[in-house]
Amino acid sequence: MSIILDHVNYIYGLDTPLAVKALDDVCLQIPDGQFIGIIGHTGSGKSTLVQHLNGLMKATSGSIYFNGADIYDEGYNMKELRSKVGLVFQYPEHQLFEIDVFSDVCFGPKNLGLDKKETELRAFDALKKVGLPDELFYQSPFELSGGQKRRVAIAGVLAMKPEVLILDEPTAGLDPKGRDEILHQIKKLQTETGMTIILVSHSMEDVAEYVDRIIVMNKGRVMFDDVPREVFRHYRELEDVGLAAPQVTYILHELQSRGLHVDVNATTIEEAVETITGALAEAGTVRYR
Amino acid sequence: MRKNRNIMGIIKTKDLTFEYIRRDEDGNVEGITTAVDKVNLDIKQGDFIAILGHNGSGKSTLAKHMNAILNPTEGTVWVDGMDTSDESLTWNIRQTAGMVFQNPDNQIIGQVVEEDVGFGPENMGVPTKEIWERVEESLKAVGMYEYRKYSPNKLSGGQKQRVSIAGVLAMHPKCIVLDEPTAMLDPSGRKEVIRAVRALNDVEGVTVILITHYMEEIIHANRVFVMDEGKIAMEGTPREIFSQVERLKELRLDVPQVTLLAYELKKRGVKLPDGILTIKELADALTDLKCNTDTVKLSNL
Repeated sequence: MSIILDHVNYIYGLDTPLAVKALDDVCLQIPDGQFIGIIGHTGSGKSTLVQHLNGLMKATSGSIYFNGADIYDEGYNMKELRSKVGLVFQYPEHQLFEIDVFSDVCFGPKNLGLDKKETELRAFDALKKVGLPDELFYQSPFELSGGQKRRVAIAGVLAMKPEVLILDEPTAGLDPKGRDEILHQIKKLQTETGMTIILVSHSMEDVAEYVDRIIVMNKGRVMFDDVPREVFRHYRELEDVGLAAPQVTYILHELQSRGLHVDVNATTIEEAVETITGALAEAGTVRYR
Repeated sequence: MRKNRNIMGIIKTKDLTFEYIRRDEDGNVEGITTAVDKVNLDIKQGDFIAILGHNGSGKSTLAKHMNAILNPTEGTVWVDGMDTSDESLTWNIRQTAGMVFQNPDNQIIGQVVEEDVGFGPENMGVPTKEIWERVEESLKAVGMYEYRKYSPNKLSGGQKQRVSIAGVLAMHPKCIVLDEPTAMLDPSGRKEVIRAVRALNDVEGVTVILITHYMEEIIHANRVFVMDEGKIAMEGTPREIFSQVERLKELRLDVPQVTLLAYELKKRGVKLPDGILTIKELADALTDLKCNTDTVKLSNL
Protein backbone atom coordinates (compact mmCIF):
# COMPACT_ATOMS: atom_id res chain seq x y z
CA MET A 1 0.00 0.00 0.00
CA SER A 2 1.77 3.09 -1.19
CA ILE A 3 2.26 5.59 -3.96
CA ILE A 4 4.99 4.95 -6.49
CA LEU A 5 6.07 7.43 -9.15
CA ASP A 6 8.06 5.83 -11.94
CA HIS A 7 9.98 8.18 -14.28
CA VAL A 8 7.22 10.78 -14.30
CA ASN A 9 7.58 13.70 -16.72
CA TYR A 10 5.23 16.58 -17.20
CA ILE A 11 5.58 19.15 -19.94
CA TYR A 12 3.47 22.30 -20.12
CA GLY A 13 2.58 23.43 -23.63
CA LEU A 14 3.80 20.22 -25.26
CA ASP A 15 4.33 20.57 -29.03
CA THR A 16 4.43 24.36 -28.80
CA PRO A 17 7.48 26.63 -28.87
CA LEU A 18 6.74 27.49 -25.22
CA ALA A 19 7.08 23.95 -23.88
CA VAL A 20 8.35 23.91 -20.29
CA LYS A 21 9.39 20.81 -18.41
CA ALA A 22 7.64 21.08 -15.04
CA LEU A 23 8.47 17.56 -13.85
CA ASP A 24 11.65 15.92 -15.01
CA ASP A 25 12.08 12.19 -14.51
CA VAL A 26 10.62 12.05 -11.01
CA CYS A 27 10.90 8.70 -9.25
CA LEU A 28 9.53 8.46 -5.71
CA GLN A 29 8.16 5.91 -3.29
CA ILE A 30 5.74 7.06 -0.65
CA PRO A 31 5.01 4.30 1.86
CA ASP A 32 2.03 4.39 4.23
CA GLY A 33 2.12 6.50 7.36
CA GLN A 34 5.04 8.78 6.59
CA PHE A 35 5.05 12.50 7.31
CA ILE A 36 6.75 14.03 4.29
CA GLY A 37 7.73 17.64 3.65
CA ILE A 38 8.10 18.95 0.12
CA ILE A 39 10.15 22.13 -0.23
CA GLY A 40 11.28 24.10 -3.25
CA HIS A 41 11.23 27.71 -4.44
CA THR A 42 8.26 29.17 -6.33
CA GLY A 43 8.07 27.41 -9.69
CA SER A 44 10.20 24.42 -8.70
CA GLY A 45 7.42 21.96 -9.50
CA LYS A 46 6.11 21.09 -6.04
CA SER A 47 2.48 21.99 -6.75
CA THR A 48 2.64 20.22 -10.13
CA LEU A 49 3.98 17.17 -8.33
CA VAL A 50 1.25 17.01 -5.70
CA GLN A 51 -1.46 17.52 -8.30
CA HIS A 52 -0.22 14.39 -10.04
CA LEU A 53 -0.66 12.35 -6.88
CA ASN A 54 -4.44 12.56 -6.97
CA GLY A 55 -4.81 12.59 -10.71
CA LEU A 56 -5.66 16.27 -11.17
CA MET A 57 -2.83 16.45 -13.70
CA LYS A 58 -1.80 13.65 -16.01
CA ALA A 59 1.85 12.91 -16.60
CA THR A 60 3.19 13.41 -20.14
CA SER A 61 5.09 10.16 -19.67
CA GLY A 62 5.86 7.75 -16.86
CA SER A 63 3.56 5.89 -14.47
CA ILE A 64 2.00 6.42 -11.08
CA TYR A 65 0.85 3.49 -8.98
CA PHE A 66 -1.53 3.89 -6.08
CA ASN A 67 -1.81 0.83 -3.85
CA GLY A 68 -0.37 -1.26 -6.65
CA ALA A 69 -2.72 -0.14 -9.44
CA ASP A 70 -1.63 2.05 -12.37
CA ILE A 71 -3.79 5.15 -12.13
CA TYR A 72 -3.48 5.73 -15.88
CA ASP A 73 -5.01 2.33 -16.72
CA GLU A 74 -8.19 2.54 -18.71
CA GLY A 75 -11.19 2.31 -16.44
CA TYR A 76 -9.23 3.27 -13.34
CA ASN A 77 -11.59 4.90 -10.85
CA MET A 78 -10.24 8.46 -10.62
CA LYS A 79 -13.09 9.54 -8.40
CA GLU A 80 -12.10 6.98 -5.82
CA LEU A 81 -8.46 8.00 -6.09
CA ARG A 82 -9.41 11.60 -5.32
CA SER A 83 -11.29 10.57 -2.20
CA LYS A 84 -8.33 8.41 -1.09
CA VAL A 85 -5.72 11.08 -1.77
CA GLY A 86 -7.10 14.29 -0.28
CA LEU A 87 -5.61 17.56 -1.43
CA VAL A 88 -5.96 20.75 0.59
CA PHE A 89 -5.10 23.71 -1.61
CA GLN A 90 -3.43 26.95 -0.57
CA TYR A 91 -5.84 29.30 1.20
CA PRO A 92 -8.53 26.57 1.31
CA GLU A 93 -10.82 28.85 3.32
CA HIS A 94 -11.58 30.69 0.08
CA GLN A 95 -13.51 27.59 -0.94
CA LEU A 96 -15.86 27.57 2.04
CA PHE A 97 -19.38 28.36 0.93
CA GLU A 98 -22.10 26.73 3.06
CA ILE A 99 -24.30 28.53 5.58
CA ASP A 100 -22.77 26.79 8.56
CA VAL A 101 -19.56 24.95 9.36
CA PHE A 102 -21.18 21.55 9.69
CA SER A 103 -22.95 21.65 6.30
CA ASP A 104 -19.71 22.75 4.68
CA VAL A 105 -17.85 19.71 5.98
CA CYS A 106 -20.78 17.45 4.97
CA PHE A 107 -20.47 18.53 1.33
CA GLY A 108 -17.66 16.12 0.42
CA PRO A 109 -19.02 12.88 1.92
CA LYS A 110 -22.52 13.75 0.65
CA ASN A 111 -21.11 13.91 -2.88
CA LEU A 112 -19.51 10.51 -2.39
CA GLY A 113 -23.11 9.25 -2.28
CA LEU A 114 -23.12 8.34 1.41
CA ASP A 115 -26.38 8.39 3.37
CA LYS A 116 -27.23 11.23 5.71
CA LYS A 117 -26.25 9.41 8.89
CA GLU A 118 -22.82 8.33 7.64
CA THR A 119 -22.21 11.79 6.16
CA GLU A 120 -22.95 13.51 9.45
CA LEU A 121 -20.91 11.03 11.47
CA ARG A 122 -17.93 11.66 9.23
CA ALA A 123 -18.34 15.42 9.36
CA PHE A 124 -18.55 15.35 13.14
CA ASP A 125 -15.51 13.10 13.38
CA ALA A 126 -13.49 15.29 10.99
CA LEU A 127 -14.28 18.48 12.89
CA LYS A 128 -13.22 16.78 16.12
CA LYS A 129 -9.97 15.68 14.51
CA VAL A 130 -9.00 19.24 13.54
CA GLY A 131 -9.78 20.38 17.08
CA LEU A 132 -12.58 22.82 16.29
CA PRO A 133 -14.62 23.66 19.42
CA ASP A 134 -18.21 22.25 19.36
CA GLU A 135 -19.88 25.62 19.83
CA LEU A 136 -18.60 26.73 16.42
CA PHE A 137 -20.17 23.83 14.46
CA TYR A 138 -23.34 25.70 13.57
CA GLN A 139 -21.79 29.13 13.03
CA SER A 140 -21.31 30.63 9.62
CA PRO A 141 -17.81 29.69 8.41
CA PHE A 142 -17.27 33.30 7.44
CA GLU A 143 -17.38 34.50 11.03
CA LEU A 144 -14.47 32.36 12.15
CA SER A 145 -10.86 33.48 12.53
CA GLY A 146 -8.32 32.70 9.81
CA GLY A 147 -6.95 29.67 11.67
CA GLN A 148 -10.42 28.29 12.41
CA LYS A 149 -11.56 28.67 8.80
CA ARG A 150 -8.53 26.77 7.67
CA ARG A 151 -9.32 23.92 10.06
CA VAL A 152 -12.85 23.72 8.72
CA ALA A 153 -11.46 23.50 5.18
CA ILE A 154 -9.08 20.72 6.23
CA ALA A 155 -11.96 18.91 7.98
CA GLY A 156 -13.86 19.06 4.68
CA VAL A 157 -11.14 16.94 3.08
CA LEU A 158 -10.74 14.66 6.13
CA ALA A 159 -14.45 13.82 5.99
CA MET A 160 -13.76 12.00 2.71
CA LYS A 161 -11.58 9.62 4.81
CA PRO A 162 -8.47 9.90 2.69
CA GLU A 163 -5.52 7.53 3.16
CA VAL A 164 -3.14 10.26 2.09
CA LEU A 165 -3.54 13.90 3.02
CA ILE A 166 -1.68 16.51 0.99
CA LEU A 167 -1.55 20.06 2.31
CA ASP A 168 -0.23 22.92 0.16
CA GLU A 169 1.14 25.54 2.56
CA PRO A 170 -1.48 25.04 5.25
CA THR A 171 0.01 27.72 7.51
CA ALA A 172 0.52 30.64 5.08
CA GLY A 173 -0.80 33.85 6.60
CA LEU A 174 -1.46 32.39 10.06
CA ASP A 175 -0.01 33.84 13.25
CA PRO A 176 2.72 31.79 14.97
CA LYS A 177 0.35 30.18 17.46
CA GLY A 178 -2.11 29.31 14.69
CA ARG A 179 0.81 27.83 12.74
CA ASP A 180 1.84 25.60 15.67
CA GLU A 181 -1.74 24.54 16.40
CA ILE A 182 -2.45 23.40 12.84
CA LEU A 183 0.84 21.54 12.49
CA HIS A 184 0.37 19.90 15.89
CA GLN A 185 -3.07 18.75 14.89
CA ILE A 186 -1.73 17.32 11.61
CA LYS A 187 1.08 15.51 13.38
CA LYS A 188 -1.43 14.05 15.83
CA LEU A 189 -3.58 12.89 12.94
CA GLN A 190 -0.60 11.08 11.47
CA THR A 191 0.45 9.34 14.70
CA GLU A 192 -3.09 8.41 15.74
CA THR A 193 -4.56 7.27 12.42
CA GLY A 194 -1.45 6.27 10.51
CA MET A 195 -2.48 8.55 7.65
CA THR A 196 0.26 9.53 5.20
CA ILE A 197 0.82 13.28 5.31
CA ILE A 198 2.48 15.32 2.58
CA LEU A 199 3.19 18.90 3.56
CA VAL A 200 4.24 21.51 1.01
CA SER A 201 5.91 24.32 2.92
CA HIS A 202 8.08 27.41 2.65
CA SER A 203 9.05 27.31 6.30
CA MET A 204 12.26 25.39 6.87
CA GLU A 205 11.77 25.65 10.65
CA ASP A 206 8.34 23.97 10.46
CA VAL A 207 9.60 21.25 8.15
CA ALA A 208 12.56 20.54 10.41
CA GLU A 209 10.31 20.32 13.44
CA TYR A 210 7.59 18.02 12.14
CA VAL A 211 8.45 15.80 9.19
CA ASP A 212 10.24 12.42 8.91
CA ARG A 213 11.45 12.96 5.40
CA ILE A 214 12.08 15.94 3.11
CA ILE A 215 11.81 15.97 -0.67
CA VAL A 216 13.54 18.99 -2.21
CA MET A 217 12.31 19.97 -5.67
CA ASN A 218 14.34 22.08 -8.07
CA LYS A 219 13.57 22.72 -11.73
CA GLY A 220 11.13 19.84 -11.79
CA ARG A 221 13.64 17.32 -10.45
CA VAL A 222 14.04 15.72 -7.07
CA MET A 223 17.21 17.34 -5.74
CA PHE A 224 17.35 15.73 -2.30
CA ASP A 225 15.20 13.08 -0.64
CA ASP A 226 16.24 12.23 2.90
CA VAL A 227 15.67 12.81 6.63
CA PRO A 228 15.80 16.49 7.69
CA ARG A 229 19.27 16.42 9.27
CA GLU A 230 20.76 14.94 6.10
CA VAL A 231 18.96 17.39 3.80
CA PHE A 232 19.90 20.49 5.79
CA ARG A 233 23.53 19.35 5.79
CA HIS A 234 23.46 20.69 2.21
CA TYR A 235 22.41 24.17 3.31
CA ARG A 236 24.70 25.94 0.86
CA GLU A 237 23.20 24.08 -2.10
CA LEU A 238 19.73 24.80 -0.75
CA GLU A 239 20.52 28.51 -0.71
CA ASP A 240 21.65 28.32 -4.32
CA VAL A 241 18.17 27.14 -5.28
CA GLY A 242 16.27 29.79 -3.33
CA LEU A 243 15.82 27.83 -0.12
CA ALA A 244 17.56 27.89 3.21
CA ALA A 245 18.13 25.83 6.32
CA PRO A 246 16.46 26.52 9.68
CA GLN A 247 18.15 29.35 11.62
CA VAL A 248 19.45 26.70 14.03
CA THR A 249 21.68 25.26 11.32
CA TYR A 250 23.37 28.62 10.77
CA ILE A 251 23.83 29.16 14.49
CA LEU A 252 25.51 25.79 14.94
CA HIS A 253 27.83 26.30 11.99
CA GLU A 254 28.86 29.70 13.40
CA LEU A 255 29.55 28.14 16.80
CA GLN A 256 31.57 25.35 15.25
CA SER A 257 33.68 27.85 13.33
CA ARG A 258 34.42 29.52 16.67
CA GLY A 259 35.74 26.31 18.17
CA LEU A 260 32.76 24.93 20.04
CA HIS A 261 32.30 21.19 19.49
CA VAL A 262 28.63 21.17 18.52
CA ASP A 263 26.73 18.77 16.27
CA VAL A 264 26.04 20.97 13.23
CA ASN A 265 23.39 18.61 11.90
CA ALA A 266 20.88 19.27 14.68
CA THR A 267 17.81 20.86 13.10
CA THR A 268 15.43 21.67 15.95
CA ILE A 269 15.69 23.97 18.99
CA GLU A 270 15.53 20.97 21.30
CA GLU A 271 18.44 19.21 19.58
CA ALA A 272 20.42 22.46 19.46
CA VAL A 273 19.98 23.06 23.19
CA GLU A 274 21.31 19.55 23.88
CA THR A 275 24.36 19.84 21.67
CA ILE A 276 25.25 23.36 22.85
CA THR A 277 24.93 22.57 26.56
CA GLY A 278 26.93 19.42 25.88
CA ALA A 279 29.68 21.36 24.13
CA LEU A 280 29.78 23.99 26.87
CA ALA A 281 30.03 21.35 29.57
CA GLU A 282 32.85 19.73 27.65
CA ALA A 283 34.60 23.11 27.52
CA GLY A 284 34.07 23.30 31.29
CA THR A 285 32.10 26.52 31.01
CA VAL A 286 28.87 26.02 32.84
CA ARG A 287 27.10 23.66 35.06
CA TYR A 288 23.58 23.08 33.94
CA ARG A 289 20.56 21.24 35.21
CA MET B 1 19.20 63.85 11.88
CA ARG B 2 16.68 63.10 9.17
CA LYS B 3 14.52 61.48 11.80
CA ASN B 4 13.91 64.73 13.69
CA ARG B 5 13.01 66.84 10.68
CA ASN B 6 9.27 66.90 11.23
CA ILE B 7 7.85 68.09 14.50
CA MET B 8 4.54 66.36 13.87
CA GLY B 9 4.92 62.69 12.99
CA ILE B 10 4.28 61.43 9.48
CA ILE B 11 1.47 59.32 10.92
CA LYS B 12 -0.27 60.29 14.08
CA THR B 13 -3.43 58.84 15.58
CA LYS B 14 -5.43 60.11 18.50
CA ASP B 15 -7.86 57.73 20.24
CA LEU B 16 -8.36 55.93 16.93
CA THR B 17 -11.34 53.59 17.23
CA PHE B 18 -12.90 51.52 14.49
CA GLU B 19 -16.09 49.56 14.96
CA TYR B 20 -18.03 47.52 12.51
CA ILE B 21 -21.53 46.21 12.75
CA ARG B 22 -22.08 42.50 12.21
CA ARG B 23 -25.31 41.62 10.47
CA ASP B 24 -27.02 38.29 9.85
CA GLU B 25 -28.33 37.20 6.45
CA ASP B 26 -31.47 39.31 6.70
CA GLY B 27 -29.50 42.40 7.55
CA ASN B 28 -30.42 42.45 11.23
CA VAL B 29 -27.76 43.77 13.53
CA GLU B 30 -26.10 40.94 15.48
CA GLY B 31 -23.54 42.91 17.35
CA ILE B 32 -20.72 45.42 17.15
CA THR B 33 -17.05 44.50 16.97
CA THR B 34 -14.39 46.96 18.01
CA ALA B 35 -11.48 46.15 15.71
CA VAL B 36 -9.30 49.05 16.78
CA ASP B 37 -9.73 50.45 20.27
CA LYS B 38 -8.43 53.92 21.24
CA VAL B 39 -5.02 53.64 19.62
CA ASN B 40 -2.54 56.49 19.95
CA LEU B 41 0.49 56.43 17.68
CA ASP B 42 3.07 58.98 16.66
CA ILE B 43 5.35 57.76 13.91
CA LYS B 44 8.27 59.98 12.89
CA GLN B 45 9.40 60.54 9.31
CA GLY B 46 12.15 58.03 8.50
CA ASP B 47 11.18 55.47 11.15
CA PHE B 48 11.08 51.73 10.50
CA ILE B 49 8.05 50.52 12.42
CA ALA B 50 6.91 46.92 12.77
CA ILE B 51 3.44 45.87 13.82
CA LEU B 52 2.88 42.38 15.18
CA GLY B 53 -0.28 40.71 16.39
CA HIS B 54 -2.21 37.48 15.99
CA ASN B 55 -4.90 36.96 13.33
CA GLY B 56 -7.81 39.19 14.23
CA SER B 57 -5.84 41.47 16.57
CA GLY B 58 -6.68 44.55 14.50
CA LYS B 59 -3.34 45.22 12.82
CA SER B 60 -4.60 45.19 9.23
CA THR B 61 -7.57 47.36 10.18
CA LEU B 62 -5.15 49.80 11.78
CA ALA B 63 -2.96 49.77 8.65
CA LYS B 64 -5.93 50.54 6.41
CA HIS B 65 -6.44 53.77 8.34
CA MET B 66 -2.99 54.95 7.37
CA ASN B 67 -3.96 55.71 3.80
CA ALA B 68 -7.65 56.41 4.19
CA ILE B 69 -8.95 53.04 2.97
CA LEU B 70 -10.87 53.08 6.24
CA ASN B 71 -11.97 56.04 8.30
CA PRO B 72 -12.13 56.02 12.09
CA THR B 73 -15.46 55.56 13.86
CA GLU B 74 -14.03 57.76 16.59
CA GLY B 75 -10.77 59.63 17.01
CA THR B 76 -8.51 61.09 14.34
CA VAL B 77 -5.71 59.99 12.02
CA TRP B 78 -3.30 62.48 10.48
CA VAL B 79 -1.05 61.51 7.59
CA ASP B 80 1.67 64.13 7.22
CA GLY B 81 -0.63 66.57 9.01
CA MET B 82 -3.68 65.76 6.85
CA ASP B 83 -6.83 64.53 8.60
CA THR B 84 -7.89 61.31 6.83
CA SER B 85 -11.60 61.95 7.44
CA ASP B 86 -11.41 64.96 5.10
CA GLU B 87 -12.39 63.39 1.77
CA SER B 88 -10.92 66.24 -0.27
CA LEU B 89 -7.48 65.13 0.97
CA THR B 90 -7.85 61.41 0.16
CA TRP B 91 -5.74 61.58 -3.01
CA ASN B 92 -2.93 63.49 -1.32
CA ILE B 93 -3.02 61.08 1.60
CA ARG B 94 -2.74 58.03 -0.65
CA GLN B 95 0.22 59.60 -2.45
CA THR B 96 1.89 60.28 0.86
CA ALA B 97 1.31 56.84 2.33
CA GLY B 98 1.41 53.97 -0.18
CA MET B 99 0.29 50.47 0.60
CA VAL B 100 1.54 47.01 -0.40
CA PHE B 101 -0.63 43.95 0.24
CA GLN B 102 -0.05 40.25 0.80
CA ASN B 103 -0.79 38.78 -2.62
CA PRO B 104 1.33 40.18 -5.46
CA ASP B 105 -1.04 38.77 -8.06
CA ASN B 106 -3.82 41.08 -6.88
CA GLN B 107 -1.72 44.20 -7.23
CA ILE B 108 -0.06 43.94 -10.60
CA ILE B 109 -2.09 45.12 -13.57
CA GLY B 110 0.44 46.00 -16.29
CA GLN B 111 1.45 43.61 -19.09
CA VAL B 112 5.05 44.74 -18.79
CA VAL B 113 6.89 45.47 -15.54
CA GLU B 114 7.78 49.08 -16.40
CA GLU B 115 4.20 49.89 -17.45
CA ASP B 116 2.90 48.53 -14.19
CA VAL B 117 5.29 50.69 -12.19
CA GLY B 118 4.36 53.74 -14.30
CA PHE B 119 0.65 53.31 -13.64
CA GLY B 120 0.62 55.24 -10.36
CA PRO B 121 2.48 58.38 -11.49
CA GLU B 122 0.55 58.35 -14.78
CA ASN B 123 -2.72 58.50 -12.86
CA MET B 124 -1.33 61.38 -10.84
CA GLY B 125 -0.78 63.34 -14.06
CA VAL B 126 3.00 63.29 -13.90
CA PRO B 127 4.58 64.40 -17.24
CA THR B 128 5.67 61.45 -19.43
CA LYS B 129 9.38 62.17 -19.24
CA GLU B 130 9.29 62.29 -15.48
CA ILE B 131 7.21 59.09 -15.32
CA TRP B 132 10.03 57.21 -17.03
CA GLU B 133 12.59 58.73 -14.68
CA ARG B 134 10.51 57.64 -11.71
CA VAL B 135 10.00 54.16 -13.12
CA GLU B 136 13.73 53.77 -13.61
CA GLU B 137 14.72 54.97 -10.16
CA SER B 138 11.98 52.93 -8.43
CA LEU B 139 12.92 49.72 -10.21
CA LYS B 140 16.57 50.33 -9.40
CA ALA B 141 15.71 50.92 -5.72
CA VAL B 142 14.17 47.45 -5.42
CA GLY B 143 16.75 45.77 -7.67
CA MET B 144 14.34 44.96 -10.50
CA TYR B 145 15.59 47.33 -13.23
CA GLU B 146 16.95 44.53 -15.41
CA TYR B 147 13.46 42.97 -15.49
CA ARG B 148 11.74 46.15 -16.72
CA LYS B 149 10.77 44.63 -20.09
CA TYR B 150 9.49 41.37 -18.59
CA SER B 151 5.89 40.28 -18.35
CA PRO B 152 5.01 40.17 -14.62
CA ASN B 153 3.66 36.63 -14.92
CA LYS B 154 7.18 35.41 -15.73
CA LEU B 155 8.45 36.62 -12.36
CA SER B 156 8.77 34.78 -9.04
CA GLY B 157 6.66 35.80 -6.04
CA GLY B 158 9.48 37.82 -4.47
CA GLN B 159 10.15 39.61 -7.75
CA LYS B 160 6.47 40.42 -8.24
CA GLN B 161 6.25 41.79 -4.74
CA ARG B 162 9.28 44.00 -5.39
CA VAL B 163 7.55 45.30 -8.54
CA SER B 164 4.50 46.13 -6.37
CA ILE B 165 6.79 48.05 -4.01
CA ALA B 166 8.37 49.89 -6.96
CA GLY B 167 4.86 50.80 -8.15
CA VAL B 168 4.18 52.49 -4.82
CA LEU B 169 7.62 54.06 -4.75
CA ALA B 170 7.10 55.69 -8.16
CA MET B 171 4.38 57.83 -6.56
CA HIS B 172 7.11 59.30 -4.30
CA PRO B 173 5.42 58.51 -1.01
CA LYS B 174 6.89 59.63 2.29
CA CYS B 175 5.64 56.49 3.88
CA ILE B 176 4.97 52.92 2.78
CA VAL B 177 2.72 50.51 4.64
CA LEU B 178 3.30 46.80 3.94
CA ASP B 179 0.65 44.36 5.12
CA GLU B 180 2.25 40.89 5.32
CA PRO B 181 4.20 41.36 2.07
CA THR B 182 6.09 38.08 2.51
CA ALA B 183 3.32 35.71 3.65
CA MET B 184 3.13 33.95 0.29
CA LEU B 185 6.84 33.86 -0.58
CA ASP B 186 9.60 31.26 -0.40
CA PRO B 187 12.67 31.91 1.78
CA SER B 188 14.71 33.69 -0.89
CA GLY B 189 11.66 35.74 -1.95
CA ARG B 190 11.19 36.81 1.65
CA LYS B 191 14.83 37.81 1.93
CA GLU B 192 14.69 39.84 -1.33
CA VAL B 193 11.62 41.78 -0.23
CA ILE B 194 12.92 42.54 3.25
CA ARG B 195 16.26 43.66 1.82
CA ALA B 196 14.45 46.02 -0.59
CA VAL B 197 12.30 47.40 2.22
CA ARG B 198 15.31 48.04 4.43
CA ALA B 199 17.09 49.82 1.59
CA LEU B 200 14.09 52.11 1.04
CA ASN B 201 14.26 53.08 4.66
CA ASP B 202 18.05 53.43 4.98
CA VAL B 203 18.87 54.93 1.61
CA GLU B 204 15.73 56.76 0.50
CA GLY B 205 14.55 57.72 3.98
CA VAL B 206 11.04 56.42 3.35
CA THR B 207 9.09 55.71 6.53
CA VAL B 208 8.30 51.99 6.65
CA ILE B 209 5.44 50.36 8.50
CA LEU B 210 5.77 46.59 8.22
CA ILE B 211 3.11 44.16 9.34
CA THR B 212 4.28 40.55 9.48
CA HIS B 213 4.00 37.17 11.15
CA TYR B 214 7.67 36.39 10.61
CA MET B 215 9.50 37.48 13.74
CA GLU B 216 12.98 37.47 12.22
CA GLU B 217 11.94 40.11 9.66
CA ILE B 218 11.58 42.87 12.20
CA ILE B 219 14.84 42.75 14.14
CA HIS B 220 16.02 45.87 12.27
CA ALA B 221 12.95 47.98 13.11
CA ASN B 222 13.35 51.08 15.30
CA ARG B 223 10.15 50.36 17.12
CA VAL B 224 7.73 47.47 17.40
CA PHE B 225 4.07 47.63 18.31
CA VAL B 226 2.26 44.46 19.32
CA MET B 227 -1.51 44.53 18.96
CA ASP B 228 -4.11 42.51 20.83
CA GLU B 229 -7.88 42.99 20.81
CA GLY B 230 -7.54 46.25 18.92
CA LYS B 231 -5.20 47.79 21.47
CA ILE B 232 -1.45 48.30 21.57
CA ALA B 233 -0.43 45.58 24.00
CA MET B 234 3.36 46.04 23.87
CA GLU B 235 5.66 48.69 22.50
CA GLY B 236 9.44 48.96 22.36
CA THR B 237 12.61 48.16 20.46
CA PRO B 238 12.87 44.66 18.98
CA ARG B 239 15.24 43.76 21.82
CA GLU B 240 12.81 44.95 24.48
CA ILE B 241 9.93 43.11 22.83
CA PHE B 242 11.76 39.85 22.19
CA SER B 243 13.09 39.76 25.76
CA GLN B 244 9.55 38.89 26.82
CA VAL B 245 9.19 35.40 25.38
CA GLU B 246 6.37 34.29 27.70
CA ARG B 247 4.30 37.43 27.16
CA LEU B 248 4.62 37.07 23.36
CA LYS B 249 3.49 33.47 23.55
CA GLU B 250 0.41 34.57 25.50
CA LEU B 251 -0.32 36.92 22.60
CA ARG B 252 -0.09 33.97 20.15
CA LEU B 253 3.24 35.22 18.84
CA ASP B 254 6.76 33.94 18.82
CA VAL B 255 10.37 35.12 18.80
CA PRO B 256 13.07 34.52 16.15
CA GLN B 257 14.56 31.03 16.41
CA VAL B 258 17.90 32.37 17.63
CA THR B 259 16.15 34.29 20.44
CA LEU B 260 14.19 31.20 21.40
CA LEU B 261 17.36 29.10 21.45
CA ALA B 262 19.09 31.64 23.74
CA TYR B 263 16.02 31.64 25.97
CA GLU B 264 16.00 27.84 26.23
CA LEU B 265 19.75 27.78 26.94
CA LYS B 266 19.22 30.34 29.71
CA LYS B 267 16.55 28.13 31.25
CA ARG B 268 19.15 25.37 31.35
CA GLY B 269 21.48 27.61 33.33
CA VAL B 270 23.70 29.06 30.59
CA LYS B 271 24.50 32.68 31.48
CA LEU B 272 23.27 34.72 28.53
CA PRO B 273 21.83 38.24 28.24
CA ASP B 274 18.09 38.74 27.47
CA GLY B 275 16.76 39.49 24.01
CA ILE B 276 19.49 38.11 21.76
CA LEU B 277 18.42 38.92 18.19
CA THR B 278 21.10 37.74 15.80
CA ILE B 279 23.26 34.69 15.26
CA LYS B 280 26.35 36.83 15.80
CA GLU B 281 25.13 38.05 19.20
CA LEU B 282 24.46 34.51 20.37
CA ALA B 283 27.80 33.23 19.07
CA ASP B 284 29.63 36.18 20.72
CA ALA B 285 27.92 35.58 24.05
CA LEU B 286 28.67 31.86 23.96
CA THR B 287 32.30 32.28 22.91
CA ASP B 288 32.74 34.87 25.68
CA LEU B 289 31.63 32.24 28.16
CA LYS B 290 34.06 29.78 26.70
CA CYS B 291 36.99 32.24 26.64
CA ASN B 292 36.39 33.22 30.26
CA THR B 293 36.70 29.62 31.37
CA ASP B 294 39.78 29.16 29.25
CA THR B 295 41.38 32.11 31.09
CA VAL B 296 40.30 30.73 34.44
CA LYS B 297 41.81 27.38 33.54
CA LEU B 298 45.08 29.04 32.52
CA SER B 299 45.33 31.11 35.69
CA ASN B 300 44.77 27.98 37.75
CA LEU B 301 47.81 26.30 36.24
